[in-house]
Amino acid sequence: MNENIKNKIDDTLKNNEVCLFMKGTPEVPQCGFSLAVSNVLKHLEVKFIGINVLDNNEIRESIKEYSDWPTIPQLYIKGEFIGGCDIVKEMFEKGDLQKKLSEKEIHFQNKK
Amino acid sequence: MEEIRSLIQTAIPDAEVIIKDLAGDENHYSATIKSKVFKGKSKIDQHKLVYKALKGKMGNELHALAINTMEN
Repeated sequence: MNENIKNKIDDTLKNNEVCLFMKGTPEVPQCGFSLAVSNVLKHLEVKFIGINVLDNNEIRESIKEYSDWPTIPQLYIKGEFIGGCDIVKEMFEKGDLQKKLSEKEIHFQNKK
Repeated sequence: MEEIRSLIQTAIPDAEVIIKDLAGDENHYSATIKSKVFKGKSKIDQHKLVYKALKGKMGNELHALAINTMEN
């Protein structure tokens, strides 16, 4: 991964508390897994930005290397890699995602 | 399906693996994997062990594989 793109990812994560690297956008997700994570965040009324990796092949490949994680979507909270779709859904169902958001002092609505 | 199971069990010999073809289209699978090796590891590290077992297929040939790991 070249320095430029790494810096770009660092900056994105620094400037946005909750980042979802996804296929498509939160408004129009283009993959079921991206849709699922986006819906969890919307349900909890978390303010987040979606980075559409389909718009940028360099980011699409680099983010996998960045997190050492082979799939998209990828959720980051305050720079920390949280997981992909399976992990985020499981954390949400167990209440662990809500716990993580509280710990990180991210505003959300606690709903089942 | 058998290939997924065999790759996982080669890398994680004590793994109990249940694979489901979610849509009946031989494209969308879920794998539930129970093993002692997951003990004390974070979910991220547990899934990474499975990804490693799948030898780079995840995200390439295997687009739609949902993974669920459990400590045994």
